[in-house]
Amino acid sequence: MFGKGLFGRLDWITVILYALLVFIGWINIYSTSVGETDTSIFDFSTLYGKQLFFIGLAALGIIFVLFVESHFFERFASIFYIVSIVLLMGLFVFGKTIAGATSWYDLGFFNLQPSELAKVGTALALAKFLSDIQTDIRTGRHQLYALIIILLPALLILPQPDPGSSLIYFSLFFVLFREGFPIYYLGILIFAVVLFATTLMFGTVWVAIGLIILALLIYTFKKASVKIPVLPVLGVIIASILFSLSVNFVFENVFEQRHRDRFALWLSLEKDQKKLDEIRKTIGYNTYQSEKAIESGGFTGKGFLEGTRTKGDFVPEQHTDYIFSSVGEEWGFLGTSTVIILFSLFFLRLIYIAERQKSDFSRMYGYGVISILVFHYFINIGMVIGLLPTIGVPLPFFSYGGSGLIFFTMLLFIFLKLDSNRLKDGI
Amino acid sequence: MKKLLLSSVVILIGFTFIGRLSYLQLFRFSPDQILDDPAIKKVYDYPERGYIYDRDGRLLVGNQPAYDVMVIPREVKPLDTLEFCGLLGIEKSEFIAKMEKARRYSSRLPSVLVPQLSKEDYASLQEKMRHFTGFYIQKRSLRYYNTKSAANVLGYISEVNEWDLQNNPYYVAGELKGRTGIEKQYEEVLRGRKGVKHIQKDRFNRDIGPYKEGKLDTLPQQGKEIHITLDKELQEYGEKLMHGKRGGIVAIEPKSGEILAMISGPTYDPALLVGRQRSKNYSKLHYDTISKPTWDRSILAQPSPGSPFKILNALVALQEGVIDPETKIRCYHGFYVGNTLRGCHCGGGIRDLNSGIYQSCNAYFAGTFRKIFDKYETTDKGMDVWEKHMRSFGLGDFLGTDLPTGAPGRIPNKEYYDKWYGDGRWAASTIISNSIGQGEIAATPLQLANMTAAIANRGYFYTPHIIKSIGSNGQIDPKFTEPHYTTIDRKHFEPVIEGMANVYNYGTARWLKIPDIEIAGKTGTVENYIKINGERMQLTDHSVFVAFAPVENPQIALAVYIENGYYGSRYAGHIASLLIEKYIKGKITRKDLEKRMLEKTLEHEYAKPYSGEPFKINEYVW
Repeated sequence: MFGKGLFGRLDWITVILYALLVFIGWINIYSTSVGETDTSIFDFSTLYGKQLFFIGLAALGIIFVLFVESHFFERFASIFYIVSIVLLMGLFVFGKTIAGATSWYDLGFFNLQPSELAKVGTALALAKFLSDIQTDIRTGRHQLYALIIILLPALLILPQPDPGSSLIYFSLFFVLFREGFPIYYLGILIFAVVLFATTLMFGTVWVAIGLIILALLIYTFKKASVKIPVLPVLGVIIASILFSLSVNFVFENVFEQRHRDRFALWLSLEKDQKKLDEIRKTIGYNTYQSEKAIESGGFTGKGFLEGTRTKGDFVPEQHTDYIFSSVGEEWGFLGTSTVIILFSLFFLRLIYIAERQKSDFSRMYGYGVISILVFHYFINIGMVIGLLPTIGVPLPFFSYGGSGLIFFTMLLFIFLKLDSNRLKDGI
Repeated sequence: MKKLLLSSVVILIGFTFIGRLSYLQLFRFSPDQILDDPAIKKVYDYPERGYIYDRDGRLLVGNQPAYDVMVIPREVKPLDTLEFCGLLGIEKSEFIAKMEKARRYSSRLPSVLVPQLSKEDYASLQEKMRHFTGFYIQKRSLRYYNTKSAANVLGYISEVNEWDLQNNPYYVAGELKGRTGIEKQYEEVLRGRKGVKHIQKDRFNRDIGPYKEGKLDTLPQQGKEIHITLDKELQEYGEKLMHGKRGGIVAIEPKSGEILAMISGPTYDPALLVGRQRSKNYSKLHYDTISKPTWDRSILAQPSPGSPFKILNALVALQEGVIDPETKIRCYHGFYVGNTLRGCHCGGGIRDLNSGIYQSCNAYFAGTFRKIFDKYETTDKGMDVWEKHMRSFGLGDFLGTDLPTGAPGRIPNKEYYDKWYGDGRWAASTIISNSIGQGEIAATPLQLANMTAAIANRGYFYTPHIIKSIGSNGQIDPKFTEPHYTTIDRKHFEPVIEGMANVYNYGTARWLKIPDIEIAGKTGTVENYIKINGERMQLTDHSVFVAFAPVENPQIALAVYIENGYYGSRYAGHIASLLIEKYIKGKITRKDLEKRMLEKTLEHEYAKPYSGEPFKINEYVW
């Protein structure tokens, strides 16, 4: 398309999908924040005006990234990571508190959120570590190193407090799985989540009975030729019961009431319909409002700038974490499914690109990028449409916010830069 | 496997999301109705309620401004509570309680702190209002009464209740609605239609502009003024005469069926049910279960009509051809039913139609009644004929007026007596009391007045009504301009009316004659009983009078019913005579008669049964 230069080698499908997402996101930010008297979209005192400015900054960031030598990112991956960690630690001293979370540096014209930068740093560092010729992910020691790289920033972010951002780092496990980290770990993780939820819903006793019945069923219906040793199965059952007991303990003693209420809502733990409705309208207020707004959109939506609930600010934080509810109200099912399909195509395209990389580093970094973006997308939209409990993470490219947009863009375009260079990697 | 893991996850998430979204947006889709969308506020613009005028265009009911003191709790700044309470005329504790209530309702939305200040209180408060941040004054419109009379006709308005809100989607909490009388009957005409503005608001309930540029907004429709058929002066005068008396008066213009006056005693000043003291006053009136000021005796009381009913029996007998005006019947100071003599006050002797009416001879009408039944082979047949004639005068059922309440009265029929006595076990003599208007007959004063109007018209009546014209074009229900013919031929009325005129010339009301006006009337004296704590007591007779005047080209027909007023010409006759003079001449020439009625009360009669002591009834002295 653009010859053999840098622009010719850039993956334009991804770029177009990216631009579409940013554009649709901005349209919705405009809708949530436009006032009756506003005259110009370049008015930087408005949220949509600021976001436009951030889009401009992101464009500058893209140009910067594209003109940097590809190997720079691999070479300086560790530096990025160290800088990120230092910045995260610096927050404990110099951090600026917004809405109860000490997550920002005040740069005057701009509040920098280093946890966004750290995502880039961590993805780079993990790719660098794993792609090192000496690293063997099958060994326990190297698995531990990888875990430390992932968990260190997560642990630093957790006390800000920003559990949402902290949780994002766990998405990097997908990189490990892709690179040969035993996949049954994922099975164990899913099993633990299921145990956690079922324990809260039915109690330890029923969980234990269920496990035993499950084991008996397996023994009854297994083929005679398949031998399953009894002792390990027994061990799994006992471990599960102990885990289940600890879940109860953690839930009752470590969690705070607001956390318990969120789970009560999510898993419908509260059986009293009246109390449940009460929780839904207080603790679950945001989700309740966002679901209502989405529902009221119907198939075609109310139309651009016609969303009464959006205009009335009924959904709190609608321009940031709940931006998707505006899509739901004003553009309806057509709009929401279009956005879901765009995101899915975007991710699948990125996975395809990652798999075509010749350089291990590029592939691993690509996986890191995809994992982080998918995880944001999953948690954010899952929360907005009421499938997941309330966890505050932005929707990539959509949500209002400078740090988010700029670092998601950098994250993505570093990968595209690496990709544009893939043919030279073999040489 | 490991290469496909992330792709599968992405696709799985995509399907889950689209599934959930189709559940929310397609299955659970509930479009925001403009009525329950929390983001749309409806602001109403209320038109002024229509004025009510009397038949001559004199104002009866208008509107007056009242001032509610409103508060928005979160905007209140520290204030001099004592001074403020002094200005509002409330106690400090009351102020604190009301503030608390307002805060509980909403700290951002206005609540009424003190409702309906009068103009005077408002004037003194207005100057200082700016010192009290968070409070403001909201004007609203209340009914203003240009008369102290006709409360029973005009009715009152009050705030809509839960039932209204559930059963009529027009109303919104806090709005006013007609409850009784004209206000209820012509609610939609008087009310008009409120205009509505749709305002887009945010989650703090703040206005952020019109919704859809006001495309759905409507303008208010003015309430229409109405003219009613009452004559303000006659009504007021009648109520004055009713002072200290219980009973009902209805006056009708025979040639149109328009109700000229509708008086119930005791009554109350309609202004009592407006403003801050409304609910206190209402309870006081409502819980007076002995004199029942809110019970409209003119259309709800159903006493036996007494002697005025004799006229109808005479008309029926003439129509059936069983008597002619010269038919003679002897009065033995009474008449015999079997072997028992039933008394008569007429003085005895030979009676014909004329003297039977003006002397109100019981024996004459008992005989006439028997003749009606004797004409037919069976009592049942006779009863059917008699009942048909009676009902043609608008008795025994609701008249179909435009008053929101009423009573049917009673004309007994054969089924009624079959049930009472058994089939074939009764005859004309058994029910002979009906001949003189006692017995099982019951009629409201309105029905009696209507019956009198039918006689005045010589055979037809218009359904009595209270509406004269609505708005500027003046159309009223056509059913009120359609004559209802009785079953009696016109020619039979003249001899009867002659007898009624002689009631004034020689008969029971001869001292109530009005100079220069020829009146036809009939007295009635009705025995009555009361049960107090299970004990049945006879009370002083009710005084009843029906009359119309002038005899030729009648302008007014009325019925007066005074509880325990003793014989017909005493209270009822006096009042009827005064009202007729007032209406036709516009002034009263017989000042002594007027003075007597204005001063005399019957409170001593009404106290008797509740005194707990033995008492005399029908005392002659007064």
